[in-house]
Amino acid sequence: MFDWLPQNVWFSVGLKVFFALMMIGAVMTMAGYSVLAERKVSAWMQGRVGPNRTALPFIDYIPIIGPFLRKLGIFQPLADGLKFLFKEEIVPGHVNKFYYYLAPLVALVPALTTMTVLPFGQMYWPDGTTSILALADLEVGILFVFAVSSLGVYGIALAGWSSNNKYSFLGGIRSSAQMISYELAMGLSLLPVFLWVAVPGAQESGLSISGIANSQEGAAWLFLVQPVSALVFLIALFAETNRLPFDMPESETDLVGGFHTEYGSFKFGIFFVAEYAHIVIGSAIFTLLFLGGWHFLPFMNDPWPANWIGTLLGVGWFLAKTVFLIFFFIWIRWTLPRFRYDQVMHLGWTKLLPLALANLIVYVIIVTLIDQSNSTPF
Amino acid sequence: MSAVDFLFWVFAVLSVGGGLSMVFSKHPVSAAMFMIVSLVAIAALFVLLDAFFLAVLQVLVYAGAVMVLFLFIIMLLDVGPNAAKQKIVHWKVGILGLLSSISLVFVLFLLGGEAGYIWSPDSESPWPDPKLGVSSAEDILPFSTNVSSFGYGLMTKYMLPVQISGFMLLAAMIGVIILSKKSDPRENDS
Repeated sequence: MFDWLPQNVWFSVGLKVFFALMMIGAVMTMAGYSVLAERKVSAWMQGRVGPNRTALPFIDYIPIIGPFLRKLGIFQPLADGLKFLFKEEIVPGHVNKFYYYLAPLVALVPALTTMTVLPFGQMYWPDGTTSILALADLEVGILFVFAVSSLGVYGIALAGWSSNNKYSFLGGIRSSAQMISYELAMGLSLLPVFLWVAVPGAQESGLSISGIANSQEGAAWLFLVQPVSALVFLIALFAETNRLPFDMPESETDLVGGFHTEYGSFKFGIFFVAEYAHIVIGSAIFTLLFLGGWHFLPFMNDPWPANWIGTLLGVGWFLAKTVFLIFFFIWIRWTLPRFRYDQVMHLGWTKLLPLALANLIVYVIIVTLIDQSNSTPF
Repeated sequence: MSAVDFLFWVFAVLSVGGGLSMVFSKHPVSAAMFMIVSLVAIAALFVLLDAFFLAVLQVLVYAGAVMVLFLFIIMLLDVGPNAAKQKIVHWKVGILGLLSSISLVFVLFLLGGEAGYIWSPDSESPWPDPKLGVSSAEDILPFSTNVSSFGYGLMTKYMLPVQISGFMLLAAMIGVIILSKKSDPRENDS
């Protein structure tokens, strides 16, 4: 891919580090601005204004643009971040110190690790070849995302346990139970997708994220072909990212603050950022799997030219879909009330899991029939 | 020493050290955490062997699901820091344990030496000979880390072991249901 660069180990390692830092920068910026979007969208839905006071000293004096940016609350994430940094760091005396400090890191690291296999576009080279834009385009990418994001629950469970607080502890316990319950439905809901993409004679490997995204080029998006899978995956995604209506671990009405009751200042900030990073990456994954990734509309070939403009437009289109899904997450949060804990368990084990299993069996039969008749799917 | 060798030693130390720390740590939660470290390090060793699928499954199943259950149970039972404190082991038990572990290492070295992995430094390939224990040429599955080759092997050559292990898992599941199901008190009345 980078043949024109000097072939030096340290240079290529440095280049990877540079790309990784850029990716972290992009995802963390999106996570930060998701917080702002959450506040603005919730304000909009409740007929309020939302954050509109934060201003940077010089930009605020620019006529028209300055006040406009201030009213949009563009600088609010910056102010929030600085506030987290400069707040007094309080550690309660009754906590288990080692795990109390470890927990926020364990929550953030998996959220940031999943982005290594996240493809976000397709590069059109001048010689007509294409390559996937990702830090590492693994053949088993989607399984890697599952594996790493399943480690994120330790952060919440450890935070709840090490706080030595009944409310935190209940939050941690609920979180582990919820994660285990919905991971099953999530994995099962994706099996039909793998089957469909890796149908005999298909070009793409069924387990690679970029393969699944590319299989939707000029064809039906997978949520049209597999609506049940998409629905189950989306619900499980809400549960796995601990978003309302599934935010059992922190439900503030019955658990004060849940697992992060005893956390303050920057440590709380890390939990906060981790949650939004999960939302950003979850939205990106759903876009890639079910909404065609960087490809234009279902049943249409990409209208953009196969050069650098097309590359940029593809990435932009992918980001637009991702941002829409983030908005969808926020929209649901401010529309639906929270479930009770027993309702969450009931939904996971007696509704979603059988639904995902039945869906899998139906698609196994369909894929077998297609294979028998040797016709190509759509 | 190449970068891969260096990484091998890092993760080998992490996995063995994690395992030992798990055995010797006083607190059950620490023990569970060390076990996760050990499991993830083993997954990294799989990556160094180019077995990405196995590595991902190792993290997904063991570190991501089984250990969450472990931690869940440890936290739910609220076993304190003294729960793992053992009684003093009887010396006969200790000697027996030592002997059996020494003989295990001995057998491993014997087997590894016979297959040529340990004593001969010029044996390049760590993979077992694909012709090992195979009668006809059609039975040989080519070595591959491709995911579909795992499925192909499981559904053809290793079909019987897969079905047997599935049957055993089913039996275990039924056993768990019977053990954990409380008998209905109304049934005893009639």
